[in-house]
Amino acid sequence: MGLLSKKDAALIKDPLADNNPITIQVLGICSALAITAELEASIVMSISVLFVLGVGNVVISLMRNIIPSKIRIIVQLIVVATLVIIVDLVLKAFAYELSKTLSVFVGLIITNCIIMGRFEAFALGNGPWRSFLDGIGNALGYAVILIIVGFFRELLGSGTLLGIPVLGDPIEKTGLYAFGYENNGFMLLSPMALIVVGIIIWVQRTRNKALVED
Amino acid sequence: MEKRTDKNSYTVIFAIIMVLVVGSLLAYLAASLKPTITENQRLEKQQNILYAMGVNNNDESSAVFVSTEEAPKLFSDKVSEQIVLEVKDGKMISQMTRQEYMDANNGQEPYLIDVKKQKSNAKDGKARKLPLFVGKNKEGKTVYVAPIYGKGLWDAIWGYVAIDENMVVQGAYFDHKGETPGLGANIKQRYFMDDFYGEHLLTESGAFKGITVAKGNADPKNEDKMDNEVDAIAGATITGDGVSAMIKSDLKLYKPYFDNLKKQAN
Repeated sequence: MGLLSKKDAALIKDPLADNNPITIQVLGICSALAITAELEASIVMSISVLFVLGVGNVVISLMRNIIPSKIRIIVQLIVVATLVIIVDLVLKAFAYELSKTLSVFVGLIITNCIIMGRFEAFALGNGPWRSFLDGIGNALGYAVILIIVGFFRELLGSGTLLGIPVLGDPIEKTGLYAFGYENNGFMLLSPMALIVVGIIIWVQRTRNKALVED
Repeated sequence: MEKRTDKNSYTVIFAIIMVLVVGSLLAYLAASLKPTITENQRLEKQQNILYAMGVNNNDESSAVFVSTEEAPKLFSDKVSEQIVLEVKDGKMISQMTRQEYMDANNGQEPYLIDVKKQKSNAKDGKARKLPLFVGKNKEGKTVYVAPIYGKGLWDAIWGYVAIDENMVVQGAYFDHKGETPGLGANIKQRYFMDDFYGEHLLTESGAFKGITVAKGNADPKNEDKMDNEVDAIAGATITGDGVSAMIKSDLKLYKPYFDNLKKQAN
């Protein structure tokens, strides 16, 4: 890593595995359960959070010395809500189709605990560059889990990936379905997302015992 | 020493300035972008109506509108008439042509009628204006497109349904404001909307029954078009129920018009 010092690189790398926002910090679970029924929605949400968290962390970091500590949570909330609304308005005016795809995610981004969590835990105490890296790292860590969960839920729940049938046609009984395979409708419901996240946490902690708490 | 930013006076002043800055920024942006956004929404309405009529750029699996550049011209070409019906307590009280409606409403086009507002008018016991767009579909058959409006799980859902004079669905477009991505949001997917094609809104005896988005129906391939049912989306029960409900409540209001149409034909 010539571009980043070792400490800075860790800001990006740690959240991907050993300090993952979803599986270790347990932030952003709500949206990980809500929108992972399809891989495409997972990817769109990941990109949106990447953008908002990257920019938001920088803004909060720049303001960190003037924010009154008594109302800092409200200030953070206003910053993220303003950012998201501005992006939504601009997209509505100049990229209407895209804004329609994203509109349902807007509310989910504002209330995403990862964003508030990183503002509070990191951006308030660090400079803009490091905050930016932290934002990107955590958003990527979030994205990894979302995409894994979305992959399994869509594959096992609908037999498709990104909307393309990969296991055959369940109604015409072709492909895998010819052998009596059925889609598991339960995978489409939120409880199954929690179970998939749980399995990821299990696998992760089995491989790295240092993460296990007593 | 107390930090400067911990003082109550600082906190209050910071809060006031922040609210002013953010408030005026958002107000300015919203106001300056409003004309562009309204125009986008207007074109979208035209695209939606054309889509239901079968005028679209669909490929094999996804729903694609005609482009925004083509929409205004296609809309004026393909939609031969915009009728406005006025309904009160389930009875039709008047029927206006596009010109009559525009003369009475400062030149507003009937397709810009706010369905949500009309629906709440009806709740308050006032008359409800129902727009109906007449045109020919790809097969040259005359179809009537009606807008419908209702609520899903989280927020509003709406759609445009094209029917022929026997109230058989010839095309449908659904959209939503905030249904769950991957579940309820799939009402705007082709596999769901296409199922409505050919479904009858009336029973065999001619009474209005609507179309139910049914769970566990015995007809997943949707071959029985007389059963007043289409297959539901797994995990989206409440959104599906919302679709059934808005079809039932809103399209029913058009039945007197089609009854009249039949009488005149005989």
